[in-house]
Amino acid sequence: MRAGSRPWWPSWSADRGGVTLVALMAFVAVMTPLLNLAVPAASPFHMSTFGLTLVGKYLCYAMLAMTVDLVWGFCGILSLGHAAFFALGGYAMGMYLMRQIGTRGVYGNPILPDFMVFLNWTELPWFWYGFDHFWVAVLAMLMVPGLLALVFGWLAFRSRVTGVYLSIITQALTYALMLAFFRNDMGFGGNNGFTDFKELLGFDLQRDATRVALVVLTAIAVALGYAACRIIVESRAGRAVRAIRDAESRTRFLGYRVEYFKLWVFVFSAVMAGVAGALYVPQVGIINPSEFAPINSIEVVIWVAVGGRGTLFGAAAGAVLINYAKTYLTSALPEVWLYALGALFILATLFLPRGLAGLLPERRGRGEVVIAA
Amino acid sequence: MSTATPILEPEVATHWRRLREEAAHRAPAQLTGTRLYLEHITVSFDGFKALNDLTLYVDPGELRCIIGPNGAGKTTMMDVITGKTRPDSGTAFFGPKIDLLKLTEPEIAEAGIGRKFQRPTVFEQLTVFENLELALPGPKSFWRMLVATMTPAQYDRLDEVLAIIRLAGLRNVIAGTLSHGQKQWLEIGMLLMQDPLLLLVDEPVAGMTPQETERTAELLLGLAGKHSVVVVEHDMEFVRLIATQVTVLHEGCVLSEGSLDAVQNDPRVIEVYLGA
Repeated sequence: MRAGSRPWWPSWSADRGGVTLVALMAFVAVMTPLLNLAVPAASPFHMSTFGLTLVGKYLCYAMLAMTVDLVWGFCGILSLGHAAFFALGGYAMGMYLMRQIGTRGVYGNPILPDFMVFLNWTELPWFWYGFDHFWVAVLAMLMVPGLLALVFGWLAFRSRVTGVYLSIITQALTYALMLAFFRNDMGFGGNNGFTDFKELLGFDLQRDATRVALVVLTAIAVALGYAACRIIVESRAGRAVRAIRDAESRTRFLGYRVEYFKLWVFVFSAVMAGVAGALYVPQVGIINPSEFAPINSIEVVIWVAVGGRGTLFGAAAGAVLINYAKTYLTSALPEVWLYALGALFILATLFLPRGLAGLLPERRGRGEVVIAA
Repeated sequence: MSTATPILEPEVATHWRRLREEAAHRAPAQLTGTRLYLEHITVSFDGFKALNDLTLYVDPGELRCIIGPNGAGKTTMMDVITGKTRPDSGTAFFGPKIDLLKLTEPEIAEAGIGRKFQRPTVFEQLTVFENLELALPGPKSFWRMLVATMTPAQYDRLDEVLAIIRLAGLRNVIAGTLSHGQKQWLEIGMLLMQDPLLLLVDEPVAGMTPQETERTAELLLGLAGKHSVVVVEHDMEFVRLIATQVTVLHEGCVLSEGSLDAVQNDPRVIEVYLGA
């Protein structure tokens, strides 16, 4: 009789970091409605609209950080272009939100967003068709980052581009997209991007209740995203992915099609980054090409490194902590921020190679297979 | 290489001779014909011929030792068989039908060729158990692996291999913390999980203690018969323990082939090793 044979889904009992993360997300999902809607505005415990936006933004970044950790920490693909997938998801959501403005825009055109009227366009470009339907936008926010990752990854991994070369071409990818989206004739609002959103699925984006709902949704998305990533990394496929990270050619000789393993992880990660971007845009109220800036993708890598590579929850924690520090420092000491970020990265690399998560006591409950007589 | 006679106690020498004979007689009857054909293989790197018209055959269940000085082309030969290097000319067949030169590395692995590298390469961050689990044969697509669980038969196979490589007590240990010798055995165990028809073993005892070397010799002799085993090795003491058939490579082609004694007494081999 055999006991303890491993099912394909991961166990939660050994994953204290993940349980903490999910518990925190549940806490956010319960407390934000209470603190914003139930506590009177005069109370010191009241959460302001600004506070709501910050929490929502941090959670989107946490989700983005997990996607980078999935490819970097577990698969060894140092992507310096993940903000591109985030921004593409954001643009897909932004296109839907632009169409929802309708006649409430400055020019009052029922079909064309303001920037198109301003550019003297008379017709909606074909790729804007259907974006007045939410489901089309949802499909786009999943498919566009996913397909880009599929094509890009297929070309890169099949040609066995690895290490620093892969990092460089991911930077080039996001930079190229930034330049493209800056162009007015691309049809995505040029350097102004999209803003001035009114409503999402009929809910007024200026109302606190809508914003609370978005924060709650984002918290749920972070928890689900974490669970999905963990199912992947704790499956046998996930162990193969870690094997690829540590000894790629050995894995190949065992009969694994290494490029497909990398590709699917990369595509999943890109789709999840797109979802994070789509949740981000209605909360911050703007999307423009600066989201594609190479520095953004590099910052995500720093969040992951500081939080703890290869842990997922550490990446999420790193994203929230560093962005909290950024919010504080960029208003208190704006000129110091970039130096602080650089110093943090260097210090974390030197003294905390496993990030903040590495400070937690060692645990390893996985791989326990008990054979009973 | 020393050409001196083995410095083994007579009863110890008998023990090894018995193991060798057992291995040689274990060759299963259904495996007839030749397992591996390499014919007129030439590989050059920037004009340097790493392999020069190499021809070599390996029988089913045979344990073949390949020796030769540095640069003789031993590793390049392994690379050609496993698809890592494509030859400029020549043919390589696995069994009568499988053209190795048309297959990719994973396809060659799937066809039944397992390779053990010179430096032990196990997955250091995974446990011994997980290392062997990844080496299980069968479909290896991402989506299937995502929901893969182990069958009782696979558990049994894993236990069996753990016992063969003497790591049963260390199944949940992180592979990176194993000793050098244990890593080598784990890697051999990973090859065994795949149940390959042909095992390529590159310098298995480099850096091993004498006890580990002996254990490895027993292990490889135990595998011969069930699998064809090709061992590339510098350590002549080790070759003496396991070898029945020896091939000497020199400058990319076969210099001499035959029993260890015959090869050691071949004047060309003596010249290459000891210098004229």
